[in-house]
Amino acid sequence: MDALIAKLKTQIIEQLNLEGVSPDDISPDDSLFGEGLGLDSIDALELIVLLEKNYGLKIENPADGKKIFATIRTIAEYITAHGKA
Amino acid sequence: MSICISTYCSIRNNQIKLNGEALLTKGVEVPFNEFIKSAYDLNASPYLKFFKMDDLCKLAFITSEFLLKNRKLSEQYGAENVSLLFANTSSSLDTDINYYNTVKDFASPSLFVYTLPNIMLGEISIRNKFKGENAFFVFEHFQADFLCNYATQLIQEQKAKTVVIGWVELLNENYEAFLCLAEETPDGTELTNENLNKYYNG
Repeated sequence: MDALIAKLKTQIIEQLNLEGVSPDDISPDDSLFGEGLGLDSIDALELIVLLEKNYGLKIENPADGKKIFATIRTIAEYITAHGKA
Repeated sequence: MSICISTYCSIRNNQIKLNGEALLTKGVEVPFNEFIKSAYDLNASPYLKFFKMDDLCKLAFITSEFLLKNRKLSEQYGAENVSLLFANTSSSLDTDINYYNTVKDFASPSLFVYTLPNIMLGEISIRNKFKGENAFFVFEHFQADFLCNYATQLIQEQKAKTVVIGWVELLNENYEAFLCLAEETPDGTELTNENLNKYYNG
């Protein structure tokens, strides 16, 4: 799980062009949206693309996205549970 | 009071000029992304969304940052009274091509949102809290007469108290930006076709 979290941090920083943010700046339990990392709706779409491109996972139900993308840890848990990490 | 050009800014050939004075110059061999990052650093006003913009928006945004530095137009005139009037030749073609290239694999949502040229007006408006009329046109060449007439009409008909006039063109590393501020002020050069052309070419 820790290795996957570290990998996700790097992928998210790169995919979302988070200038000036390093993996150490992001706690696995920080909120990704709102007060945490401050991501927006377009970033959410990029995260969906990231999951599909890198992990072969499609989010079929948009309502699930809020839970899955709550934190880096919840994304890692989703990937682990659904298999292709 | 007549409508005047109170300030103007251009970025071309890796050089930024504000009111004719060079603020930043890099060699022509420096790639656009490196140059525009230097310009962002020079402006020293953090705005992390800059790094998510496409190149056309980055160019327009940085030019507006230098043009409007030390001005608080929304406070001075009211947010609804600040208009933006922009044009270029290539629309958003540079990003359209980049987006098209991602469609073959995984379409990029963050590129898709920049596949319209008037997004740059939105980015500048968000940054400066402008809520006035904005318009974007595609012309083969810089058309001082059209831009001058349109801006004059906006102010004379009290649709705006000030207009940011812009020409922001970018395609395949070839780029050029020219922005000026038109407003009723005793301090400036009268907004005429000739003066607008002179500053654009200067």
